[in-house]
Amino acid sequence: MTTTATRPGVGPSGPDRSRAAITAKTLRTDRWWLAPLITFVGLGAWVAYATVRVFMHKWYFVEAYHYLTPFYSPCLTDRCVEGSALFGTPLPSFWLLPEAALTLPFLLLFRLTCYYYRKAYYRAFWLSPPACAVPDGHAKYTGETRFPLIFQNAHRYAFYAAMIISLINTYDAIIAFRSGDSFGFGLGNIILVGNVVMLWLYTLSCHSCRHITGGRLKHFSKHPVRYRIWTFVSKLNVRHMQLAWITLGTLALTDFYVMALSAGWFSDLRFVG
Amino acid sequence: MGTKRHFRVWRGDSAGGDIEDFDVEVNDGEVVLDIIHRLQATQTPDLACRWNCKAGKCGSCSMEINGKPRLGCMTRMSTFEEDETVTITPLRTFPVIRDLVTDVSFNYDKARETPAFAPPPGVAPGDYRMQQIDVERSQEFRKCIECFLCQNTCHVVRDHEENKAAFSGPRYFIRAAELDMHPLDDREDRKEYAQSHQGMGFCNITKCCTEVCPEHIKITDNAIIPMKERVVDRRYDPLVWLGRKIFRRDQLDDSESMAPSTSVGVTDVAKGAPFTHTRGPEGPEVREDGRMDVSEISLPTQGGPSPFGDQEFPMPPGRVAYQQPAPQYPHHGEDGDHSTDGRHSTETH
Repeated sequence: MTTTATRPGVGPSGPDRSRAAITAKTLRTDRWWLAPLITFVGLGAWVAYATVRVFMHKWYFVEAYHYLTPFYSPCLTDRCVEGSALFGTPLPSFWLLPEAALTLPFLLLFRLTCYYYRKAYYRAFWLSPPACAVPDGHAKYTGETRFPLIFQNAHRYAFYAAMIISLINTYDAIIAFRSGDSFGFGLGNIILVGNVVMLWLYTLSCHSCRHITGGRLKHFSKHPVRYRIWTFVSKLNVRHMQLAWITLGTLALTDFYVMALSAGWFSDLRFVG
Repeated sequence: MGTKRHFRVWRGDSAGGDIEDFDVEVNDGEVVLDIIHRLQATQTPDLACRWNCKAGKCGSCSMEINGKPRLGCMTRMSTFEEDETVTITPLRTFPVIRDLVTDVSFNYDKARETPAFAPPPGVAPGDYRMQQIDVERSQEFRKCIECFLCQNTCHVVRDHEENKAAFSGPRYFIRAAELDMHPLDDREDRKEYAQSHQGMGFCNITKCCTEVCPEHIKITDNAIIPMKERVVDRRYDPLVWLGRKIFRRDQLDDSESMAPSTSVGVTDVAKGAPFTHTRGPEGPEVREDGRMDVSEISLPTQGGPSPFGDQEFPMPPGRVAYQQPAPQYPHHGEDGDHSTDGRHSTETH
């Protein structure tokens, strides 16, 4: 057997095991920073808008057409204007308490623990990593193994809550077809229904939903119905990212439209009633 | 028509190295690996590069091209501008052996630790029957060519060397998912294994593994997230827990299979199991000036220089290149047939 010639770096116990000495932190030449930047700006702007609106405590209900913005649904505080509170007003008026104080935290949790949003904010806000093959912005990393990030595993409870909240939003959209005592139909209805449809698609495309409906099964052949549901959810799930952004858009649009009507900036385009 | 393009290629070994500049001819229809071969043929005959099939199926020519983990043979030169400099470096996550060749034995260690397919008790090999819809999820993961681009790009180990002991990486998460979803795999504890031994909790699903996969396996959506959800089933879901209590499903489970596995792989015994008499891969011998002899004629042995040194055949007893740890399965039936499905957890190229 021949021996291997001695080289620098090869000690008697074998070669040193070190990575290639490359000084550049990343050699990527494309605009890898663009996607996280867009995410940062987009999510940041949406959160800022939603925060302002939630604590505005006004312009959330159009009494004439029964339009209620999803940011205030269900309206539960004493402040709620006549006709907007479908479930009573068990909560006191306090400026830090949103009108939908029992649902917004769960919606926030649903989106915070969402598998898509996690990717988005880990990259754009936490820089861990900002883009593929670009170094992590942090010296230490334990992922989701410890408090508080281990609670990302609670996503499915937030999903259960989001299902209930989607039902409430659906009810809001349906009763908005009553203006006064008769049937009414305007542009606001289209916006409300469009928003609810998108919210349902986003909620149902959730990875936890995919798991619960059929992903957890070992034998699809023994559960043909669940397999079909799983197949449907899987098709939606491919679009989870798009739906996540679309629903942010429809939520903001719906809220803005209701705010504008309520504030009297413009009037609803009515087709019937 | 050929044009001259500017290339920068990292040269060196574990002792150090640097990026060197080359101007080299590029023709229509060529890929980056072709250019590496042209460099070897014309300018730098001792440039080390691992390659084999040139068809994106062997997973050998993994490298970083303009900072992105890619297969050299699947990166067309036409995707670059004519005046664009192309920088080629070895995979960063693994120790370098020489030039573009890295020591990927981290992955083989992790492969050996992962418990292999456990055949169903009482079913002889050849009598296995599965329905297509039951096995198609696992089949997606069988497309893996083990190029280790996902392992290389995953920031958990790429940016944090200290996590290598606790983290198996995306390639072995799809292996865990493949087996956990396999209709005939008899192990029940793969979820626990994925969480406690593979370090699935380290993954923060930033999806870079999916982005770089040349086989377009949906690693994150179809393997890691389902496995995370399966871990939640066992560990964090009170509704599932309640359902199991009410319908007494927990009593149906074989309690033994839920016990910590004693498999050689699970207990880490296989870690560091010898490849060839404890000699790690290393670069072939070099001349005094630090360059390699390229011609076979000048080499002391026939054939290309081996990264494992030169080997005499037949192998002396006890020096077989690799020994699979003896498989151990949950004790469902002592009389069960314990042969494997012939697919070891260490598919090498």
